[in-house]
Amino acid sequence: MNDTICAISTPLAPGAISIIRMSGSEAISIANKVFIGKNLEKVNDHTINYGHVYDGDELIDEVMVSVMREPNTYTREDIIEINAHGSVASAKRILTLLLKSGCRLANPGEFTERAFINGRIDLVEAESVMDIIDSKSEKSLSMAVNQLSGSTSNKIKDIRKKISDIESNIEVNIDFPEYDDITVLSNEIIKPKLVEISDELHTLLNNSKDSKIIKDGIDTVIIGKPNVGKSSILNKLLEEDKAIVTDIPGTTRDIVEGSVDINGIRLNLIDTAGIRYTDDVVESIGVKKSLDLIDKASLIIFVLNNNTEITKEELDILNKIKDKNYIIIVNKIDLEKKIDDSNLNNVVYMSTINNIGIDQLKDIITKMYELDKINIKDFNYLSSARSISLIEKAIISIDKSIKAIEEGMPIDIVEVEINEASEYLGDILGINYKEDLFDQLFSNFCLGK
Amino acid sequence: MYDVIVIGGGHAGCEAALASARMNHKTLLVTGNINNIADMPCNPSIGGSAKGIIVREIDALGGEMGRNADKSLFQMKMLNSSKGPAVRSLRAQADKITYPKEMLKTLKSTNNLEILEAMVKELIVENNKVKGVILEDGNKIKSKTVIMTTGTYLKSDILVGSTRIRKGPHGEQTSNYLSDNLKKLGFNIKRLKTGTPPRIDKSSIDFSKTRVETGDDTPYTFSFDNNIYYNVNNQVPCHLIYTTENTHKIIKDNLNKSSMYGGLDDIKGVGPRYCPSIEDKIVRFSDKERHQLFLEPESIYYDDIYLQGFSTSMPVDVQEKMVHSLPGLENAKILKYAYAIEYDAIDSRQLNLSLETKVIENLYTAGQINGTSGYEEAACQGLIAGINASLKLKGKDPLILKRSEAYIGVLIDDLITKGIMDPYRMLTSRAEYRLLLRNDNADMRLTEYGYQIGLISDLKYKKFVDKKESIDRLINELKIKKIIPNSLGNNFLREMNTTEIKDSITLYDLLKRPEIKIDYLKDLFGKYSKDVLEQVEISVKYEGYIKKALKDAEKFNELDSKKIPSDIDYSKIKNLASEARQKLENIRPTSIGQAMRISGVNPVDISLIMVYIKKEYFYDRK
Repeated sequence: MNDTICAISTPLAPGAISIIRMSGSEAISIANKVFIGKNLEKVNDHTINYGHVYDGDELIDEVMVSVMREPNTYTREDIIEINAHGSVASAKRILTLLLKSGCRLANPGEFTERAFINGRIDLVEAESVMDIIDSKSEKSLSMAVNQLSGSTSNKIKDIRKKISDIESNIEVNIDFPEYDDITVLSNEIIKPKLVEISDELHTLLNNSKDSKIIKDGIDTVIIGKPNVGKSSILNKLLEEDKAIVTDIPGTTRDIVEGSVDINGIRLNLIDTAGIRYTDDVVESIGVKKSLDLIDKASLIIFVLNNNTEITKEELDILNKIKDKNYIIIVNKIDLEKKIDDSNLNNVVYMSTINNIGIDQLKDIITKMYELDKINIKDFNYLSSARSISLIEKAIISIDKSIKAIEEGMPIDIVEVEINEASEYLGDILGINYKEDLFDQLFSNFCLGK
Repeated sequence: MYDVIVIGGGHAGCEAALASARMNHKTLLVTGNINNIADMPCNPSIGGSAKGIIVREIDALGGEMGRNADKSLFQMKMLNSSKGPAVRSLRAQADKITYPKEMLKTLKSTNNLEILEAMVKELIVENNKVKGVILEDGNKIKSKTVIMTTGTYLKSDILVGSTRIRKGPHGEQTSNYLSDNLKKLGFNIKRLKTGTPPRIDKSSIDFSKTRVETGDDTPYTFSFDNNIYYNVNNQVPCHLIYTTENTHKIIKDNLNKSSMYGGLDDIKGVGPRYCPSIEDKIVRFSDKERHQLFLEPESIYYDDIYLQGFSTSMPVDVQEKMVHSLPGLENAKILKYAYAIEYDAIDSRQLNLSLETKVIENLYTAGQINGTSGYEEAACQGLIAGINASLKLKGKDPLILKRSEAYIGVLIDDLITKGIMDPYRMLTSRAEYRLLLRNDNADMRLTEYGYQIGLISDLKYKKFVDKKESIDRLINELKIKKIIPNSLGNNFLREMNTTEIKDSITLYDLLKRPEIKIDYLKDLFGKYSKDVLEQVEISVKYEGYIKKALKDAEKFNELDSKKIPSDIDYSKIKNLASEARQKLENIRPTSIGQAMRISGVNPVDISLIMVYIKKEYFYDRK
């Protein structure tokens, strides 16, 4: 447990600075072995030091090394962070060198597990660290940071306190029944209190569900006939060449995914094979896939060609998407208008070749999700599926207790359900012990933090 | 040479001695005063919330308290009858003359049991094994096991105002040596405190200013023998009064004269949170205008009235004023003044779940010496200690009841695992699965154990088996018999003010309706006893909840079945919080479940222990 672990804690993407993090009692001495510069074992605590990493005689990289001694660190152990300025390859070489020098490669989530085990953070906080790592849009990041401050824990603690107030009063009534000057909690008295608690839990849950959209992004499918410009639009949004764009109909048979951050909203873009009724077996599988995706997606971007009339296939799709969130793009407005757009709503006119319409598309998406209206600061939410399901269970228990009251169950039976709700909330806070909880939680963490 | 020596003849001692003697072990009960055997030095009642269920459990295991209470009670109530079945509990007013008299009679008529009037000075211990006792007169008595049930008699001090007298209850001789002996043997000795209210002469009370509190009209018994000795129609009532503004003023004005508030400056004992003195109540709940007091008759043979709720350590002159400020007690004559009592106890975490001490082999402790409070709490420990001392002599595994099996299991696990700060009283909220630990089903839970051990007679066991079969038969009948949705059936339902049916319904499902009582249906099935009807009604009506509790208990017991190796070295587990490490080393829990219940041991510590056991323990041992 006490060995020194290390990992590259930044994404393995070119261009950025890579950080190699180490934690454990030997972190500083091991780093010192490969670092040429100041003696890291002698430098002041919480300093950042310039120098070079050498593998023997060979210079690997120019680096900045942060030295943070326990206990005032993330894991409450000694931590070293090596900021490497070179390529991903050199970050990997530094990592290999450290492993050779006595470190062990960290398991997924192990830094956070140590922070948790050493009492640095509670479970709710540990989960939101996972969010920071995962958060790919700015908005989501600020929500995660807010949660670290413990406002969600406080909200849950607050609700749990209300529950335990009821519980303790019932207990007193049961254990000291002869005392007639203690308020006897009847079902009639506690029912409105339970309804209030249920409402608060529902609010918490709904916020959490909204937050899932922000955090996980909106699954967006781009759909349309072959060669209508789907992939070009996708590329405009992604601003890089990910999808294969050709003018031969039917080349995008595989679904290409990419994520894009539009004013803080994350769209998970799914390009589709063009939809046309075809005899080509391979292509028809792609078409079927595309149609299935309409059902699964949260947002549909349907692309039409300004230069052609609406076809039978397109009418079918219009019909299919009418009850969903959709945006219609009429593309190729640089060409002659042949389309009858009089019955279309939510339309953006676009010419990908001339860069017309992309900004309008982004505006429409931003308005659609009205993120500005959500006050992130006051937003108590639970990030992980585990927390959300525990809140759901707590709600079920509270609702069952209300039902038990309506059925005329005695108060100590009603209390069984109330106790259970309290336990579920305790689980979220890590107050109760559940054996597999930790394994489950920490294996969800990505490597690094 | 005795098999078992029991030191102390209180409620724990009597049960311990009876259990071992009945399990065919030569037993000696040593008591300071034979006239004080099974004495009730405090309230004249047996049972109460959760405590009543303990008495039922004692009875189901083959203990004596239930039967003995039935013989001596003059008022009986089912508490919480308006609440659910899980929290119902019996409370009796028991006669302070009859109860000890009946118990002594039973002890004297039990084979293998001798009683000796003497004070024990020391234990004979060789190689950390107890071998007998040395009396204060120097005589040595040898035995294979010793059970200490010394109650409040270890270095007890009676506190009244600013006086401290080294005496036991009723001014009895106290044991000055035994706790020093225990300390020397390696026990951690702690000081506890409890108190008792004044006793008032019945004839000096004006009962017209009080509210009468009567027993229930339905007859009840603690014992599953179901012998009713009291006259249900002629129960002796209690009376309720409240403190007055004047009472509070007197107490506040004289607060510094109370032993606990400055009268004495050397108070070390920790008093029970659940049984505060009247001055504590007035200080801690200063916004309450009045406090409830009960006038409880101690016996039908004498006139002392126990003033429940008024325990105090004020000097006697203040007690006079306090009592006279109460409605109906303006001219009351105090027969015995209230006092507080300080006494030595051991740290219950030095015991195993069998109640054998970890410090000295073959030595068992039970009752107030372990830090509990209450006759019932003491009695059940005495019974378990007696049973386990006997089982050990027979070379058998000890009887350890699970938390989901009995309040007794909850109590002992709490003592051993959590330890106590103040005298421990049983509360229903201490049990996780109280829907399983009911008053009505104590026999179903424990009779089998009692029979296996040899404390339940064949006759009583047969009655139990019959009852169990009747329950099954009735449930079966309810599941088979149906009400048809014709006019006859629906008429019947209408009469019972319940929804009519379109499809036929079994009596079983009908009984699930909250408004339907089993009594309404009893013309529709065979004849069954009241007990059987009650059991079946509860198990049908609360079936869902009971099943859930059983499932939870199973999960819980699974953690208890994850054993921690007895030779585990906690210093080898890295990153354990130091508080947790220390507590684990002291208590040495036998299972993960038990470790989890130790306060100060956090989930993270549990993870570390489990990981250590899984990954490293076997490696470390090699």
